[in-house]
Amino acid sequence: MEMVHITINNMPLEVEKGTRIIDAAKKVSIDIPHLCYFPDQAVKAHCRMCVVEVVGSRKLLAACSTLVWEGMEIHTDTQKVRDTQVGILQMILANHDQDCLACPRNQNCELQSLCSRFNILSPKLPNVAARHPIQDSNPSLIRDHAKCIRCGRCVKACTESQGISALTYANRSDQFMVTTAYHMPFEETDCVLCGQCSTVCPVGSIVEKDDTQKVWDALHNPKKHVIVQVAPSVRVALGDGFGMAKASIVTGKMVSALRIIGFDKVFDTNFSADVTIMEEGHELLDRIKNGGKLPMITSCSPGWITYIEKHHSDLLDHLSTAKSPQQIFGALSKSYYSQAAGIDPKDIVTVSVMPCVAKKYEAARPEMEADGVRDVDIVITTRELTKMIKYVGLDFPNLPESSFDSPLGLGSGAGAIFGATGGVMEAALRTVAEAYTGQTLEKLEFEAVRGNEGVKEATIALGDTPVKVAIAHGLKNAETVLQMIKDGTADYTFIEVMACPGGCIGGGGQPVNTTFDIKKMRQDSLYDIDGSMVYRKSHENPEVITLYQDYLGAPLSEKAHHLLHTHYHKQKKTTWENVE
Amino acid sequence: MGNTVSFMTRNFGKYDRSSIDSYESVGGFSALKKAIAMTGEEIADRLAACAIKGRGGAGYDMGKKWRQAREVDKPDKVVICNADEGEPCTFKDRTLIENDPFRLIEAMIIAGYSVGAQNGYIYMREEYAHLRPLLLNAMEQAEKKGYLGKNILGKEGFSYQLHLYSGAGAYVCGEGTALVESMEGKSGRPRMKPPFIKQCGLFHLPTCVNNVESLCLVPSILLDDQNEYQTYGTPGSMGTKMISVAGNVKKPGAFEIPFGVTVREIIYDLAGGVTDDNEIQLIQFGGASGKIASADILDTPYTYEDLSAAGVGVGSGAILVVDQRTSVLNFLRITQAFFSHESCGQCTPCREGNTQMKRMLEKIADKTHTAQDLATMKNICMIMKNASLCGLGETAQSAFTCAMERFPEIFAVRTEGN
Repeated sequence: MEMVHITINNMPLEVEKGTRIIDAAKKVSIDIPHLCYFPDQAVKAHCRMCVVEVVGSRKLLAACSTLVWEGMEIHTDTQKVRDTQVGILQMILANHDQDCLACPRNQNCELQSLCSRFNILSPKLPNVAARHPIQDSNPSLIRDHAKCIRCGRCVKACTESQGISALTYANRSDQFMVTTAYHMPFEETDCVLCGQCSTVCPVGSIVEKDDTQKVWDALHNPKKHVIVQVAPSVRVALGDGFGMAKASIVTGKMVSALRIIGFDKVFDTNFSADVTIMEEGHELLDRIKNGGKLPMITSCSPGWITYIEKHHSDLLDHLSTAKSPQQIFGALSKSYYSQAAGIDPKDIVTVSVMPCVAKKYEAARPEMEADGVRDVDIVITTRELTKMIKYVGLDFPNLPESSFDSPLGLGSGAGAIFGATGGVMEAALRTVAEAYTGQTLEKLEFEAVRGNEGVKEATIALGDTPVKVAIAHGLKNAETVLQMIKDGTADYTFIEVMACPGGCIGGGGQPVNTTFDIKKMRQDSLYDIDGSMVYRKSHENPEVITLYQDYLGAPLSEKAHHLLHTHYHKQKKTTWENVE
Repeated sequence: MGNTVSFMTRNFGKYDRSSIDSYESVGGFSALKKAIAMTGEEIADRLAACAIKGRGGAGYDMGKKWRQAREVDKPDKVVICNADEGEPCTFKDRTLIENDPFRLIEAMIIAGYSVGAQNGYIYMREEYAHLRPLLLNAMEQAEKKGYLGKNILGKEGFSYQLHLYSGAGAYVCGEGTALVESMEGKSGRPRMKPPFIKQCGLFHLPTCVNNVESLCLVPSILLDDQNEYQTYGTPGSMGTKMISVAGNVKKPGAFEIPFGVTVREIIYDLAGGVTDDNEIQLIQFGGASGKIASADILDTPYTYEDLSAAGVGVGSGAILVVDQRTSVLNFLRITQAFFSHESCGQCTPCREGNTQMKRMLEKIADKTHTAQDLATMKNICMIMKNASLCGLGETAQSAFTCAMERFPEIFAVRTEGN
């Protein structure tokens, strides 16, 4: 490793050659202000907030794009640098709607923070922000162009990690904007509502559709029995919003908070994840034994489902027909639970807390109901739950811990790891291997399917039968695998796809600015939860066993099919298809 | 010494521009033949000895550029001729292509040989569509004669192809990285640096970009055994230069001049003087991105050093004469409108700076601006100059900033009761 010697504000420093100035400055505890820079993305150098003076350089240099060189003398704090940064901030403000109080990102906004940092108390330039209609015609995301600062972080997320490019740049000069093709609403473009854009937006230009008021209304309605399910990956991300250590496991505090907020029952999506494994696992065994369509592909991730429906509808029969854990929970809440609790399903309001904005869309899909009753009524994200807890004024980090309710509240370790890429595969393998061989697994961890490689491959022995599997996360990687299926080079039996990079722990509804490092920590936390569980296989979860004994009969039974399975359909994707 | 010379323009009118045989009859391709007997280093040294500064506007040392391009240790490389010539009032490259198309082809082959490229691209602005047949014909004939293709002129391993590429009309595509983006089929927006295109340019290949005029000098330089080139110009600005003079002059045109002719000689002798013998209001040097001066500059010699000392620059070689009929303020508004149209919009200083400058000029026109407004605008101009992503944003404020210094009266703030 070649090191170079530099100075930052006269402090000598030795850093690795090829380090960016912005990262070198972090080593001496200097945070160079920035807006378009985001650690996991290719550098854009658009906003120019991070410019610094380098001795010998004619111009100011962008700290995000400039690599250090031997002998470089950097000054981050001169009058010229400050005048430039404050001036740039004022120019950005002048083209921003500045309506902070009415913004969902108020007090969680990078532009606001920088203004506070530089003691900007009022805008100095005339406001030139153009007003465009707010786009909110889909269930998941809201886009307000007047708030956009044109940093391009959403464009990079949509293009680089997802390979979708629904968001792009249009026009030039003062008309330059981030937009969709022909300014069409998200749902009428290639967009799959994964919401990755909303997790990197530094301001409030792209945000989740806030459904918290619907939840409050239900909670305050005495005629309704309001229950909640919480997805596996929420419990390792929720603490972020309360200043807790990243990836803290806050399951017990979260359950307490939900009870205080007023939910009648607090249940666990880990439970329905186990049911998903029962259905999906036996579907896989059935396809293997009876010559069904292979490779079979998971169907838990609604962004992924929309992707294949919009872009590769010829491959839809590869999808497992099992509904996602959210929808399975919803269907059981209005049937099994309703019956057990003696409550009319029409009086039950099923709320989900999800790491995902696409789950809002999934819950609203017409297929997602049984006998005229919606599976899930309201979906909120991790970010929205954070707001609700703050609304009540809870001291979240110091809440006592409590446990989920029964009979939909016990999840196995297999259910817990659903939140990480490779987790659904591992959970399924634990059940499928034992069902296929009739023998107990000696080792439950399938390390080959863990980790953050874009596309992972592994060959797993089911007894004497080797089975080749693949795992893709992020839609760009999913596309690679789909192309392999089309080329005939995908000799896999089972494929797991999650739309978001890293899996649900990096979902579009998780706290903003979730970097790759944070995602890895959350994955580790999920595996810690798994490791600490008494029950680590879906088919050994006592509540799941009871469900099948008392209600469903067996996996893939007629009742299970009616409630827990569905089919997906081709969707129009492009502007032109929609124009036609 | 006359006001004009024929060094790189020596073939103008001397041959049939549609015939390679005719070009060869005036000595065409003898420079290439000489070049392939030399090494790339020797060619770069020859250019360095003539101290040629790139003629696109930035003025980078051409010998150094070719040497660096040659030293990049990659098997595949690209040479690009920047014929985007988008600076308003600049039409010297058009003149060179129009009158001596084969010279550019020959120069591009020499460039490819010198830096070790396999492909050369001529990126010509869309508005020069009428010159496409001329260049395509020249390329086709050159290939038939074995000046393009495999093992050119029997030189083992020297294989090179030329391609003509049409821009789509954006001024910013004259900027090297935007040009490359545009060629890759993307929107013409500049890339951040690093990486520099000399390492990673078109299709991620090391790319050497040269202006038309810079290239057109090369064949003459290589054949210049008597060192004629060095006899022109001044110690600080050796040789000759293509300039284009337009605006309010009687005879606008492109001329090859030896460095050192005065601005007065250029405007009054070469360009025939000011329209209707009007007084000069201002002169802009180097296109819309260039700086402006009053008539005080007339006796300044046209050299890099003298223009720089007078607070302007050679830039693209354009000289725009504006007579008294246009006010400085209106000139600034027209120039600014050009940049508001041509900014790519991706970086804050250029996008927002131009937006603010436009509003400020409206205020100044209304005489409603304050001293605080001017101070704010001065800071914005400083930011555009120092912090923009590319040269467009950097220079979009040139005329405005110059005007504040040289024509302070138009910025006078209205006082109480006035």
